[in-house]
Amino acid sequence: MKAIKIVTRAIIYPVIASILLWTCQSLLVPKYQVGIMEGAMMHEYYDSDMPHEVLFVGDCEVYENISTVKLYQEYGISSYIRGSAQQLVWQSYYILEDTLRYETPKVVVFNVLALKYAEPQHESYNRMTLDGLRWSPSKWHAIEESMTEKESMLDYVFPILRYHDRWKDLKPSDYEFWFHQNTNTFNGYYMRVDSLPERNFPPARPLNDPNLGRVPMSWLEKMYELCKENGIELVLMKAPTQYPYWYPQWDRQVMEFASSHGLDYFNYIHERDQIGLDMTVDTYDGGLHLNLSGAEKMATYIGAYLDSTYDLTDYRLDPEVSAKWDEVIAAYNELAAAQYAELEEYGELRSWGINAMEE
Amino acid sequence: MLFVSKEFVAFIAAVIAIYYICPKKFRWYVLLAASLFFYTMDDVRNLIYLAVTGVTSWGLCLILEHITSDASKSIKKIKDKEKKKEFKARVQRNKRIFMLLAVLIDLGILGFTKYADFVVSNVTALFSHRMRVTDVFVPLGISFYTFKTVSYVLDVYRGTSKAEKNFFKLVLFVTYFPQAVQGPISRWNNLSATLFEGKNAGLKPFASGLIRIFWGYFKKVVIADRLVVPVMALTHDHASYQGAYVFVAILMYAMELYCDFTGGIDITIGISECLGIKVEENFILPYFSKNIKEYWNRWHITMGSWFTDYIFYPLSVSPRMLKLSKWSRSKLGNAFGKRVTVYISCFLVWLATGVWHGAAWNFIVWGLLNFVVIMISQELEPLYKKFHGRFHLKDKAWYGAFEMLRTFFLMGMIRMLDCYRNVPVTFKSLGSMFTSWHMKVFTDGSLLEIGLDLKEYILIGICAVVLFLVSLYRYRTGRELREKISGSPDLTFACCLVLLMITIVFGAYGKGYNTSQFIYNQF
Repeated sequence: MKAIKIVTRAIIYPVIASILLWTCQSLLVPKYQVGIMEGAMMHEYYDSDMPHEVLFVGDCEVYENISTVKLYQEYGISSYIRGSAQQLVWQSYYILEDTLRYETPKVVVFNVLALKYAEPQHESYNRMTLDGLRWSPSKWHAIEESMTEKESMLDYVFPILRYHDRWKDLKPSDYEFWFHQNTNTFNGYYMRVDSLPERNFPPARPLNDPNLGRVPMSWLEKMYELCKENGIELVLMKAPTQYPYWYPQWDRQVMEFASSHGLDYFNYIHERDQIGLDMTVDTYDGGLHLNLSGAEKMATYIGAYLDSTYDLTDYRLDPEVSAKWDEVIAAYNELAAAQYAELEEYGELRSWGINAMEE
Repeated sequence: MLFVSKEFVAFIAAVIAIYYICPKKFRWYVLLAASLFFYTMDDVRNLIYLAVTGVTSWGLCLILEHITSDASKSIKKIKDKEKKKEFKARVQRNKRIFMLLAVLIDLGILGFTKYADFVVSNVTALFSHRMRVTDVFVPLGISFYTFKTVSYVLDVYRGTSKAEKNFFKLVLFVTYFPQAVQGPISRWNNLSATLFEGKNAGLKPFASGLIRIFWGYFKKVVIADRLVVPVMALTHDHASYQGAYVFVAILMYAMELYCDFTGGIDITIGISECLGIKVEENFILPYFSKNIKEYWNRWHITMGSWFTDYIFYPLSVSPRMLKLSKWSRSKLGNAFGKRVTVYISCFLVWLATGVWHGAAWNFIVWGLLNFVVIMISQELEPLYKKFHGRFHLKDKAWYGAFEMLRTFFLMGMIRMLDCYRNVPVTFKSLGSMFTSWHMKVFTDGSLLEIGLDLKEYILIGICAVVLFLVSLYRYRTGRELREKISGSPDLTFACCLVLLMITIVFGAYGKGYNTSQFIYNQF
């Protein structure tokens, strides 16, 4: 009898402790459901139950610049963007490795802007990229590579240790999205319909070292090897946005890398006219990122290349997948309509982006 | 390795697990290894100082014991009374030489590492050319382990303790890691009784120890560390924060210091309870004291008893003091005359207590202020008695509460010498409470600009109520609440879990906070 009591307690106590810890943690971690949504994107991938033959990896230059819905609508390409704010090259590598646990895309498109970073940058970007990843050796390694000086692995394993102090700043959205979060992207694409014409950017500062770092280039090499091992075609791209500045010296090195490895590399800054981008209307933040119309033009352009170069399935003909895409399209249209309506009413978006941040 | 670090939490969990996995007779080796590891993690140089202290105390105490046992054998052979007396005096002289040697080495190291700069800079300042002795390494917890070692040497010298033959056992006594940072200052006879036995704690004491550890972390991490910021803000910029702000600083520092120090001691004693080791209590409801004498019987008890046993009593009964007592009684009358030597001893004890707390005039003045207040209250004692008797105040609960508050604020004011830059600034700031009190500080939102927001004030307020209620339970029943709780495994689990969650969520740690070292670590 006594033994049964001990065993029961040995089971029940940890379960109760874990539930309480998890409940508190769920409340205290940032939800990224209002205002800044980038931190919620990484996890959304796991909810997508359709195949993805094209995978985009990289930073904001992918998740804001390419409409996955347009790619599907025009070419039947089922794609996903696994990107997040300032996603570093080794993070992209491990995210690709993580993706391979679930599926093997035919083509991986990597945006090269992150090659400029040779070391971890900011904790906040790390957290937005890494917190949403499911636990796996890939996540563990990604954290190890990404931690800035004062970060610790324990804080990633138990995010409550990092976010506990938010008890003072809990907002209504923390309670609203305590146990369930919305899907805010469309297969990784983050939509904005407003527009702010491209401005004059400050002149490029001279480079101390014209070479891209050895570290990021080695991760690009690893990414290439990983794709090769899995029979994936790797494509390199530089998004058409001009700022942050992409130096010709860097461009040359990526070009050399691509040609020495037999990869395609597109610097879309040089192809803005062919894409049809009008940066007075196709960007929402003065030229840093594209808005919906710009992202759709970009999707049309890159889609033509993907469709003509690789043997990709036209999923519009697959009833099961197309049904799932129809749901995405419906949500996509609904959000676009809501944003346009708000834009017309106020002249700006108030429920999305920085304006929507809770006081 | 800070007590509040994640590494320390993992460390104590590992030590407790390994301790109980090992056979009983090897358990003290686990503690020895853990303690040496603890000091090494702080700085490997600690080991050099510990080795010097350990070897000299161990060796010289063995010699002391050898002299004593030799003498007791030899004295039996001496028949002549005069020769016996002479022999005893010679033995005592020899013992005193070795005792003094051991004490001087221990205190010499303490003096050099902690006070060299203070002494040199003050002495050279007298000659208009201030010199500094910087870059002296101060070993972790040197004040605490030196006092432990000195008490061991003196106890062996007095014959109240036996000298330990096993060097490593003495090293464990000196280095026992839970006591390294904040004490208590254990005595050999008390700690060694359970330190080397390796006995199982038993379920209830283990549960009680566990609750105490969590309670200690709650006090330290949730309350004390959160109050560090406003206390620093209020006392570092003393020019901006005068009058009512000083009153607020007194309240906050009283709470911070109490939670910091007693929190650390709770962790220390809690760990020891889990290991089946008995450690002396260091605090018994100090803020329930009705006068300063009582306060010092309840606050940092092991330090107080150390100074009483090893300085006050030996001084009071020393031949010179007895001579002085005789002289003063003949000159000043019996009643006052016999108190003169007591006050001189008391003065020296408080001077030493102040110096022990730190190499700064603030601490010396702090010690002397304690002495002055105790002396005045002693002198006024008959007057108080008359007053209390006349109005039957001793039976009144409200008067008891008034006495507690009076002692609380009096000690709180003296304690501010810890915080302000120097003595004049402290007195000026305390004085401003009586000259430039601005009530609007409490209503115009000024208190929200010293490092705490409204939610944090509410949190601190709730914590203060919880602390008070738990203390009140102890005050009323004479028992700790955890003793009741630890009788039930379910209650123990619930209590630990709640304390853990509160500490995790409401603790002032992580980014945005410079988790302060335990305040008493510096001593």
